[in-house]
Amino acid sequence: MKTLLNVVVLLLASTLGLALGWSMLDLPVAAVRLPEQVTAQLDMSGVAHPVTAVLLNFRGYDTLLEIAVLLAALLGMLVLPRHVAGRENRPVPASTMLQTLARLLVPLMVLVAGYVLWAGAYQPGGAFQAGAVLAGAGVLLHLAGLLPAWVTLGQTLRAGLAVGLLVFIAVGAAVMAQGTLLQYPPDWAGALILAIEANLTLSIGLILAGLYLVLTNSGERA
Amino acid sequence: MSAALVYALTGAALFVFGVAGLMLQPHLLRKILAFNVMGSGVFLVLVGLGQRAGIPDPVPQAMVLTGIVVAIAATALALALARQLLDLQGEMRLPEEELDKDRLDV
Repeated sequence: MKTLLNVVVLLLASTLGLALGWSMLDLPVAAVRLPEQVTAQLDMSGVAHPVTAVLLNFRGYDTLLEIAVLLAALLGMLVLPRHVAGRENRPVPASTMLQTLARLLVPLMVLVAGYVLWAGAYQPGGAFQAGAVLAGAGVLLHLAGLLPAWVTLGQTLRAGLAVGLLVFIAVGAAVMAQGTLLQYPPDWAGALILAIEANLTLSIGLILAGLYLVLTNSGERA
Repeated sequence: MSAALVYALTGAALFVFGVAGLMLQPHLLRKILAFNVMGSGVFLVLVGLGQRAGIPDPVPQAMVLTGIVVAIAATALALALARQLLDLQGEMRLPEEELDKDRLDV
């Protein structure tokens, strides 16, 4: 019975694969040339890199919803009942080597995050990459035993988690007075995008690190 | 065949591996991994087909960047739920037999 199921699933999967591959080989040329539209509008966007322009300006609401999804995922993890007892709150002691390395690397990682955020305006980079570097620093600190897992979240931490989404919504609401949602005035676009991205970086870094630091705490059995 | 198509076809293959893994592997951790493989396949298809014309298209690239972050968040939530199931049931798999029995009773 089990073997039969395997054979059926594998047959169906290979049929799906062949159909997908065939349809891709047969795909007509796109009717709308998006890259040219982006290039044509790039001067209005406030940044010089097309991907950042799409993320934060042309399709800003995608990014707005994305940070909302991130926050919702972390909140979802926080409402699950967790084992909160004694030992797991304290970081596990790690080797001196790892601790020293983490102490040396984390300031550099914060610096790199700041650079990646700034560079996003004119080359690959931006809030998400910078936030990922920040989150990596947080995970490294936890693994080195320098940062405890999250059990209860204080006011400052909660504010940090939410500030990206709140600033994004505030900017969106503020520019709505003169047009549609998240349509920045061209003169202000660069500054508004930088303000949004700086706050996004902080929130994304904290949320991504939190996904790890909440999960790592909840698993250790009391 | 252009390099862009090779990426897209590889993405389609990854997606299919993910689908098969999702259906065949009973362990939830493997299902979550298979789901991630599916997602990576979709990202590769989007980026690959986006540069068919020779120049990379920033719109699918931005969509993939968004998708990667959402996939991380969804994976973390799925892991937390799977761990909750492990705590409640003692194993990381969906209770298939009981479901079948319920269906028979009805």
